[in-house]
Amino acid sequence: MDATVLGAWVATGLTLCIFSFLYKDNPLFKLAEHLYVGVSVGYTIVKAYDTVIVHLIVKPIVEQGEIALLIPVAIGMLMLTRYVPKAAWLSRYAFAFIVGVGSGLAIPRTISSFILKQVEDTVRPLLSLAGGDGMTFSMNLLDPSSSINVIIILIGVISVLFYFFFSIEHSGPGKVVAKTGVMFLMIAFGAAFGYTVMARMSLLIGRLTDLIEFSDASYGRPTLWLLIVTIGMLIVLSRRTQGKPPQES
Amino acid sequence: MIFLRRQLPLLITMITGLLFAGQYYVPHPASEQLLTSATKWLQIVGGFALVLGVTSLFHQHAAKIRRKEEGWGYSLVLYAGMLGTIAVGLWANGKESLEGAATAFGWVYSYMLVPLQGTMFAILAFFIASAAYRSFRARSREAAVLLIAAVIVMMGRVPLGEYLIPLSGDVSQWILNVLNASVRRAILIGVSLGAVALSFKIIFGVERSYLGGGKE
Repeated sequence: MDATVLGAWVATGLTLCIFSFLYKDNPLFKLAEHLYVGVSVGYTIVKAYDTVIVHLIVKPIVEQGEIALLIPVAIGMLMLTRYVPKAAWLSRYAFAFIVGVGSGLAIPRTISSFILKQVEDTVRPLLSLAGGDGMTFSMNLLDPSSSINVIIILIGVISVLFYFFFSIEHSGPGKVVAKTGVMFLMIAFGAAFGYTVMARMSLLIGRLTDLIEFSDASYGRPTLWLLIVTIGMLIVLSRRTQGKPPQES
Repeated sequence: MIFLRRQLPLLITMITGLLFAGQYYVPHPASEQLLTSATKWLQIVGGFALVLGVTSLFHQHAAKIRRKEEGWGYSLVLYAGMLGTIAVGLWANGKESLEGAATAFGWVYSYMLVPLQGTMFAILAFFIASAAYRSFRARSREAAVLLIAAVIVMMGRVPLGEYLIPLSGDVSQWILNVLNASVRRAILIGVSLGAVALSFKIIFGVERSYLGGGKE
């Protein structure tokens, strides 16, 4: 059997096993779920081995003589001392190194990229000097950099920040600002929800496209046959469950 | 001993933290080299962290099989999937394709991992839709705003939606690029301020939870 044809059968079978969860939790889904965890962990291990052990440790040390790389290897090995209770405290050195470097790298970069840059992009000129017309105030809503959108973004950022600022009571004018912030937040949550749903729909369409492709005679129609097998197994499993007495919790 | 167990790790954190915070402000090739090396070192140390995670998973399922707990057969499937993928991955030197032809590792990726991952996330579409149907009620003004924004964005992302509501595409883009962007920006500024404060607390030894509990 051709590897592509075999692949089509395996991919279709696994896809249908996971889709069977839409009926109810069942052994076919659990099997595919555990296989998914196993395969993805195996894949991550192989990729980590190839990237870290081969390309970052062995090759530079053997081919370029970068002996200094033995230091991070030693630090990494200290992490494994967690399995030896008496020496577990040695792993603190490894965590201290990672956390220290991570914190040090984060401070200036976060301030620069995520605070100052964001503030700079928020506080922009409301009027632009374009061409020979002098100062213009553009009302084009579809252009995110138009003057009207600059004002909306400024109101949004300030009101949301104020909503999360609890050092003063949200009353009087503050209440209005906080309420505006809530409205902006609700719109963003709704947009995030809609966007996520459509992203999942896109994945679903991808899987269904594959199932349609694999229903072709050139693959031996795995979609059709495996769909019949899956439904048959679900019926059998459902009848077996019905026959069993309910488990005591 | 208390110095080695408690104070030296805090000292390491402080020195490395201050060193790499200062590195950003030193525009010198040696400083750039330090950053490149540190990034490589972090990747190497992070690789060992993966060993900790995998070993934990291995132990958990080994115990399940040993005690013949309910569903122990699925743990065997997990082992088979993991060990099988590792075997073909090492056999193919971690490469999915060689000279244009897919290796056995590439086959596992294309016909097992991609369909499993894609379908696992795809079924969430049904659960999100079902949860939304049950929970999305315009009970208050805020809930109504959330509902309308979600519907407009969903409609604006598909041709049918634009056909039914002609302006939904443009309004959806405006919501995402302007209203959503302003909220994301505000949240990002808040989170970043928190991250910077936490980093300072870690460097100066105020926050020590990363060292874990146990004996001093």
